[in-house]
Amino acid sequence: MGAYILRRLLGLVPIILGISLLAFAVMNLAPGDFLTVLRMNPENSPETIEQMRASFGLDRPLYEQYFRWLFQLLRGNFGYSFTYRAPVSFLIKTRMFNTLLLSVTSMIVSWLFAIPIGVISAVKKYTFIDGLLTVFAFVGISAPAFFVALLLLYFIATTRFANLPIGGMTSIGFDWMTFPEKVVDLARHLVVPTIVLGFGGVAGLMRQMRGNLLEVLRQDYVTTARSKGLSEGKVIWKHAVRNAINPLITIFGFQLGGLLSGAALTETIISWPGMGQMMLEAVQRKDIYLAMGNMVMGAVLLILGNLIADVLLALSDPRIRYQ
Amino acid sequence: MAKTKDIKANSGEKVRSPWRIAWMRLKRHKLAMVSAYILIVMYLSVIFAGFLSPYHMHTTQRNNYLQPPSKIYWKDENGKLSRPYVYAMKMSDPMTQEYQEIRDKKFYVRLFTRSDDPRNTWDLLGIKSNIHLYGARADDGEEGLIFIMGSDDYGRDYFTRVLYGGRASLFVGWAGILITLTIGMLFGGISGYYGGWIDNIMMRVAEIIMSIPSFYLLLALAAVLPRDISSTMRYFMIVSILSFISWAGMARIIRGMVLSIRTREYVQAARAIGSSDMRIITKHILPNTLSFVIVSATLSIPGYILGESGLSFLGLGIQEPDASWGNMLSSAMNLQTLAKSPWNLLAGVFIFAAVLCYNLFGDGLRDAFDPRSKL
Repeated sequence: MGAYILRRLLGLVPIILGISLLAFAVMNLAPGDFLTVLRMNPENSPETIEQMRASFGLDRPLYEQYFRWLFQLLRGNFGYSFTYRAPVSFLIKTRMFNTLLLSVTSMIVSWLFAIPIGVISAVKKYTFIDGLLTVFAFVGISAPAFFVALLLLYFIATTRFANLPIGGMTSIGFDWMTFPEKVVDLARHLVVPTIVLGFGGVAGLMRQMRGNLLEVLRQDYVTTARSKGLSEGKVIWKHAVRNAINPLITIFGFQLGGLLSGAALTETIISWPGMGQMMLEAVQRKDIYLAMGNMVMGAVLLILGNLIADVLLALSDPRIRYQ
Repeated sequence: MAKTKDIKANSGEKVRSPWRIAWMRLKRHKLAMVSAYILIVMYLSVIFAGFLSPYHMHTTQRNNYLQPPSKIYWKDENGKLSRPYVYAMKMSDPMTQEYQEIRDKKFYVRLFTRSDDPRNTWDLLGIKSNIHLYGARADDGEEGLIFIMGSDDYGRDYFTRVLYGGRASLFVGWAGILITLTIGMLFGGISGYYGGWIDNIMMRVAEIIMSIPSFYLLLALAAVLPRDISSTMRYFMIVSILSFISWAGMARIIRGMVLSIRTREYVQAARAIGSSDMRIITKHILPNTLSFVIVSATLSIPGYILGESGLSFLGLGIQEPDASWGNMLSSAMNLQTLAKSPWNLLAGVFIFAAVLCYNLFGDGLRDAFDPRSKL
């Protein structure tokens, strides 16, 4: 297993190199740079601009800029953000925590709901309840996250439902709160984005769970378990569900990537200070190091998610062996 | 051979091609067929947007911004049945954006009516006209405003913009999938057919693109687009960007299929009787991937619609004053507009409906092509 993980990590090196090259190329495709905006401001003299250009290394040829950035990247230095006037690695660290908090919460919530709903849907196959749940699943898969977010905001803005906060991650007085108050405040702010991101997740996972369970229920060992005289609840929950969950673990990796992307729009709507929101600001202001750093870190998260999913799958399913 | 012919002759059953079987199964799939009809209606509506809507998407009424949907009356003041009519509306308080009806004149709803405003002229492939399916006009000839879905923050008819905006939002899927399929089939086909180091390199390239969270890459690429290009050019670039981030997934799927089909017995048999590579690919391999490709193409169209609307929503896609379902929703980001004028959310309902129909239709299509399903 250790050797497998090591091999996977080594295989990532060319991919990460490719990602860094792609990120660099995309951000440098555009005419003009961050300084173009500054130059329009008459307060900035041409000398200052030239000085900044040299200090950011923007006067060097492109390939040199790329390699300088890459070597810094390998040392864990992501460069300097033009707009925030702060190191990119510091900015990404705080934002990544916020985005992961949001993604992991909604992932846990979606799994908690999706598995029982999927089991019910499979056990009551082709009944009214199954039909209702199927409709729910298709609605959930098809509803665009940003539309759901807007609907939810409309609902809260007009009904003042539970006085839930509408935007941001913390209330204004957050810094003066005691620890339990902070947790409650954060949790209240998490409700809206978790529902938005979890809604689509539940729908997709539930359909998968239903399909997997239906497949497992056809297996011989389920028939054996039934003919032994086990109760139906035991057959389903002890024998079938455990085997049906396994393939879902692969989805976990995909889900993380999807959540990172899906969170970007939701973060913007409810002004959640996450990576997606920062990415939007970075590309709009041509803050290239920030944008490139965001893309690379997003990719690392996605790849690690897939790797963790593969390892978990091997741990939970003895039939899968990695050499 | 002769024996099977006899059996067929005796049973009187016609030989049905796999396509025919799939079509017959699809027809039995109610939900999929209903979705298909809804989609057809949607596409026809947006194509004939100019005629079906009373105005043009650029026609603004400066004094009537964020006006609520016009109430259509069927009965007059005495409760007697009347021709349907609407009243003109006037903002009574600019602070709260409250509107009041002006009850002294009735504007009757007319069908196939000509608009006096030259701004409302539509142009469909060179056919120009100012005749619209409906409009409102008083008996003294004065033209009135009829906003069946209200108006947006520039005083443009929301329904008109829904129809025009649908052109951008709905056709992005077709254009995108066409590009993605071409690249994906070429890339995946070559990779799967030749294998070895070519396959290795090509798949690493696909992996790189798939490893970056797609929306981040989409944002970065869309931000690169220059501001001063024509809207047609911009539309084409957005479609290209959306295809750029999605071809890799398609290429990998097709590669996998080609790899497995290549070793099937019927392909080996074809090779053994001396068929050329070209014949094997076109007659044996491609037709077997086709049903799968059609299904996954249908199921991936929603991705393009959502991608475009997401970008336009953030202001990086279709630009004002042109409409798209995505950029129509961005005014709903303003909390006051959202709370006071909820009809600004309607564009989202259309996105949702289109995506839902594609998902249901694609699901039905998959069942129809699946030989194991017992529909």
